Amino acid sequence: MSEKASFRSNGGVRGWYGRQPAWVQWIVIAIALVLAFLLPYAGDIPLIGPQIVTEGIDWPSALFNMSYYVLLALGLNVVVGYAGLLDLGYVGFFAVGAYGTALLTSPDSVLYADTGWKWLMAVPVALALTMVAGLILGWPTLRLRGDYLAIVTLGFAEIIRIFATSTTTLRGDRGFASIPHPPGTWNGEPIFGVTDAVPYFWLGLVVIILVILGVRNLDRSRVGRSWLAIREDEEAAEIMGVRTIKYKLWAFAIGAFIGGLGGVLFAGEQGFINSQTFVLQFSILVLAGVVMGGSGNMAGAILGGALISYIPDRLRGISLGDTDLYEYRFALFGLVIIIIMVLRPQGLIPSRRRAMELKDREKEVAPQ
Amino acid sequence: MSEPHQETPEELDRANARPVDEPAPTGGKLDEPNPSPVRGEEVLLEVDHVTLRFGGVVALNDVSFSLRKGEIFGLIGPNGAGKTTCFNAMTGVYRPTSGTIRFQGESVVGKKKHEITRGGIARTFQNVRLFPEMTALENVMVGADAHHKTSVISALFRLPRFWQEEKSGRARSLELLRFVGIAHRAGDVSRNLSYGEQRRLEIARALATNPTLLCLDEPAAGFNPAEKEELLQLIRKIRDTGVTVLLIEHDMRLVMGVTDRIVVLEFGKKIAEGTPAEVRDNPAVVAAYLGVPTDAA
Ligand SMILES: Nc1ncnc2c1ncn2[C@@H]1O[C@H](COP(=O)(O)OP(=O)(O)OP(=O)(O)O)[C@@H](O)[C@H]1O
Ligand SMILES: [Mg+2]
Repeated sequence: MSEKASFRSNGGVRGWYGRQPAWVQWIVIAIALVLAFLLPYAGDIPLIGPQIVTEGIDWPSALFNMSYYVLLALGLNVVVGYAGLLDLGYVGFFAVGAYGTALLTSPDSVLYADTGWKWLMAVPVALALTMVAGLILGWPTLRLRGDYLAIVTLGFAEIIRIFATSTTTLRGDRGFASIPHPPGTWNGEPIFGVTDAVPYFWLGLVVIILVILGVRNLDRSRVGRSWLAIREDEEAAEIMGVRTIKYKLWAFAIGAFIGGLGGVLFAGEQGFINSQTFVLQFSILVLAGVVMGGSGNMAGAILGGALISYIPDRLRGISLGDTDLYEYRFALFGLVIIIIMVLRPQGLIPSRRRAMELKDREKEVAPQ
Repeated sequence: MSEPHQETPEELDRANARPVDEPAPTGGKLDEPNPSPVRGEEVLLEVDHVTLRFGGVVALNDVSFSLRKGEIFGLIGPNGAGKTTCFNAMTGVYRPTSGTIRFQGESVVGKKKHEITRGGIARTFQNVRLFPEMTALENVMVGADAHHKTSVISALFRLPRFWQEEKSGRARSLELLRFVGIAHRAGDVSRNLSYGEQRRLEIARALATNPTLLCLDEPAAGFNPAEKEELLQLIRKIRDTGVTVLLIEHDMRLVMGVTDRIVVLEFGKKIAEGTPAEVRDNPAVVAAYLGVPTDAA
């Protein structure tokens, strides 16, 4: 029995891709990567370029925004899409990553006298902190079933936000300023400055690629099988020997880690964070992105995450008559989501497995 | 991206931890009574005065019996007699209200479900409970993973243990699919398998956990006579690999033909125990089945 027997190819681009020899697949990946890194120059493409780039916000900044939304969507996809745990408070982990960085680096921090670290030094500590937050939240709650877990995670994000708003240590609205940027110089100039967002986008892209590789490795292993089994039938999974609590906790911790990555990148680019950044809307938006793109599928999560950031940014500065479309961004955005979900209920890029499921249902209703 | 696993048939055989596909050491014609050859007196599982209540319903009422190593043991009784509940108590799904269940001398009461599985009890479900969106092969590999040690770290960084266990687990899973006769469906999503194939897949998945005791809950439900005959053969083949089998089944001819000993439950109570011949002639059993001939159901 060869490997191909267990590979389910289907039609479309993915089917084509699956049938190609390895070297063609590598070339496709290489081209996609090069194009991704060239995205900041998309505006230079004749004719379509100007349609793509954002007008109300500098295009590289919009790309950077997309990169951390994509990270968040990738992380939430592990929790919701793979392990099937409905987490409504995912922004909490993003906040822990960002605040962890701020506390360790900003002159506004009470810790500044003792730490006052560089950004890079703060990153591992902030990430460890988010993983611990994931474990602390997960340990008591992952025994709960679906709906309860959703409520508890919702509460978690609110607790973090309220904590950030009302404690003096986390400085509420005043926030933390002068968070240092990532390190590195080029021709005597710092690579990560305040004016040009392109290097930040590239950094985000590198992190995204590493996350994709890591999640892919986990997905195609005992870990991914356990997650999927838990999602499909938790009790049957446990009876087949899966340590369900352990793998759910791992999903939570890995999701938290990736969300924290988004947070430290965000803090490093903005240089300033306050409690306004981490509203609940944020969690819902990311979840909408994952579902819209195709839950349980990395390509879908990437597309969904990019779109939830791109659509509102693209609407900025466009006016219809007297009204600026940006003000209606959430209404328009809601409309777009509804249309997408009506036309493609499995998301824009359905997970291979879920697409199968849908096809089978069609078969079931079709006359024999 | 090319997947890492491209094993040759030779590698498949070598990697296969237990040669499940070997010819049955003692064979035996299907229609003849076929006592299990390795049946010893060693007790494998002991159900000891187990009572299990659901509110007012007494699903198991002071039930005791024991299984010997290497036999095929039948658990029969009319609908609602408590057979499935008995499986659930053994596999940690329910906790007995009183009494204990010992497996290889150790109580399983209060143990976690996955611990019991790793301890050597595997089961199938009366209503098939596969992981519908996973392929047949992946389903079996979940079972094989029960004894794997690949951690998140070794999976993430593709450490040697990952490669080794992925390869051997895969080979063994394929072997088990072949053993139950559905190797050609390895790459198909399990929900697309026919009903009979799904039942076989459940058996393969349970076997992948390397059980000492395999519990089958009505594995022949909905089968036609030819399929039942194949299943009978499969159950014997499983027994011949050294696995003790506990079988819940409504089809009397199948039960009588394959089991060494039988316990009969009715309304949660044990009403008879013995060899198929003894049980068949037991008036209480005949009454429980309302005098219907032995190939009822
Ligand atoms: N979770 C539960 N809650 C309440 N009552 C239950 C539960 N599970 C089983 N029962 C009851 O316990 C009794 C035994 O059920 P069980 O499923 O063990 O029967 P069975 O012998 O497997 O029957 P069948 O041949 O129909 O599968 C039945 O009266 C059933 O209604
Ligand atoms: Mg039953």
